[in-house]
Amino acid sequence: MISEMQTGIQIGIYLVMALSVFAALAAVNLPNIFHAALAFIGTLLGIAGIFISLRADFLALAHILIYVGAVMTLVIFAIMLTQRLSDPNVRQHNNLSAPAFLGGLAFLTLMAKLIYTTPWPVKAAGTVPHVSVMDLGQALMTTYVFPFEVISVVLISALLGAIVIAKKDPL
Amino acid sequence: MNATESLRYFLPELFLLSGALISLGLDLFVRNKKLVGFFAVLVLLGTAVFPQVSDLAGKPLELFYGFFTLDAYTCFFRVLTVLILAATVLISISYRELSPSEEGEYYTLLLLTGFGLILMAASTNLLMIFLSVEFVSLMSYILTGFLRKSHKAKEAAMKYLLYGSAASGIMLFGMSLVFGASGSLELSIIRNLSATAPFYGVTLIALILFLVGLGFKISMAPFHMWAPDVYEAAPTPVAAFLTVAPKALGFALMMRVLSTGFLWINWKWSPLLMGLSILTMTVGNVTAIAQTNIKRLLAYSSIAQAGYILMGVCTFNETGVPGVLIYLVAYAFTNLGAFTVVIMVSNSTKSDELLSYAGLAKRAPFLAASLTVFMLSLAGIPPLAGFIGKFYVFSSAIQAGYLTLAVAAAVNSAIAAFYYFKVVRLMYLVPEETPEKIPYPLPLTLALGLLLIGTFAVGLAPSVFIKAVQTALFV
Repeated sequence: MISEMQTGIQIGIYLVMALSVFAALAAVNLPNIFHAALAFIGTLLGIAGIFISLRADFLALAHILIYVGAVMTLVIFAIMLTQRLSDPNVRQHNNLSAPAFLGGLAFLTLMAKLIYTTPWPVKAAGTVPHVSVMDLGQALMTTYVFPFEVISVVLISALLGAIVIAKKDPL
Repeated sequence: MNATESLRYFLPELFLLSGALISLGLDLFVRNKKLVGFFAVLVLLGTAVFPQVSDLAGKPLELFYGFFTLDAYTCFFRVLTVLILAATVLISISYRELSPSEEGEYYTLLLLTGFGLILMAASTNLLMIFLSVEFVSLMSYILTGFLRKSHKAKEAAMKYLLYGSAASGIMLFGMSLVFGASGSLELSIIRNLSATAPFYGVTLIALILFLVGLGFKISMAPFHMWAPDVYEAAPTPVAAFLTVAPKALGFALMMRVLSTGFLWINWKWSPLLMGLSILTMTVGNVTAIAQTNIKRLLAYSSIAQAGYILMGVCTFNETGVPGVLIYLVAYAFTNLGAFTVVIMVSNSTKSDELLSYAGLAKRAPFLAASLTVFMLSLAGIPPLAGFIGKFYVFSSAIQAGYLTLAVAAAVNSAIAAFYYFKVVRLMYLVPEETPEKIPYPLPLTLALGLLLIGTFAVGLAPSVFIKAVQTALFV
């Protein structure tokens, strides 16, 4: 019974993975950039699904909120505001597409070989302790407080820079 | 060490950070924005002379649970970073193109970049490495596109951003492989991968991907494509800064990563870096010959210099490692100096073309003489700073038995001498076109004088600097 359920879950995970790869391929190949953005949302949702299967629910939720909710909305706004980008006749390939494809394929083969031959120190799924939001919060305020604070400095610097670059000239 | 205990050792960085925020506030009240610049210089000098913690006692301190490693190496690069920044701010104060409406923010951004650079030197952990490299990259994109009226600068900043994002992505992919294999973000634990043979393959590929990200920062070929456009289009003080500081700290980080995490497969990365070193210096030098714009010429020259510095990294022996640090110090003085002259000339001629340097010796004998000194130092002529750096990296290559590398570097130095001397010939032997007096604003002249003294000092009294480098490495 349990093993049947596990196979079911496994099939589900593989389906989610296949979906995200398929959506990623669509995102780079669809001629209409708006459709590509929609396909990319599919990829992001698929990745969130993988996070859930790895028992990182908070990460999955944050991923959906930030990427699907905020970043992709911005992307779609940008597409709507840009005339030329929503033109479905924009060329998708240039004369380096073929070498790039071959290079990508070679890299993929190499990675596949590496991933199969390396004895990754993986733990069985059941032994991974569940990480709650409270644990995450505590980690951010104790062990990871330094990177957390550095990120705030990065953000304020980026904000300042963005304002300077984007503001209008004084008349 | 926990966060509260660590704060006591973190005072110089806190000082720098508060200085940055105060300068941002100061910008609101001060009408003369030059004052913000002078304040920034004071903050930087303060950070440089901040009493170094005496109870360091030889062993590195793992501040903030190991996210900030404070050791002599970090201190060395902290001082180098803030001095480079101080020089950058000094040469920016009289830079013509910077408009007062954004000058205050400019100094604040430079100070914040300094904080990011120090983090790069202190990172021994993949999370902090990524964070600090991204921090510095973001700031570099912003500073490159800082002159909003210049279309060239916008284009360069955009290119820089696109290349940089791709390079960071590749680096992250490499990091994820290492993390998957070792189960840790700490370089010192990643080193334990050496104990098990099956991880060779994955570690090697991960390291190569890692080096793409770091190679991008130090403008190593074949990841140097962004460099000439960025250095040409960025505001000249920013170009001076970008050719020196992110490069120096990129090298610092690269050496930290290689020595702490991956020294056990050096028989793999050493030949790889050797090839890249030869490629980098050749691409830089051969392309530099044809340049007609002084900023582009210096850009390609700085790519070539990265190739020479890589020699020391690839041998990684007892001459090579101090050689890299000495070279970085020498290169910082020399390149900042050369760009200072470029700013002073372009302030009056409004041009960066090589031809506007014709007959400079008549118009501004001191500037021509200074630029000659800097060019000779870049070419590695004794008794100037560049010679000491070159001497170290060349002898490290010979010591390690990499004769191909030494020969390639020697040939390259000859090619490089050709275009460095071309500039000198233009200034002294070609008659001038526009007889124009060049003014000497105080901050620029001060910076130029100090950089000249530095260039001579490293060349004439190298022992002082070598001692500093040795304390940074072996304590």
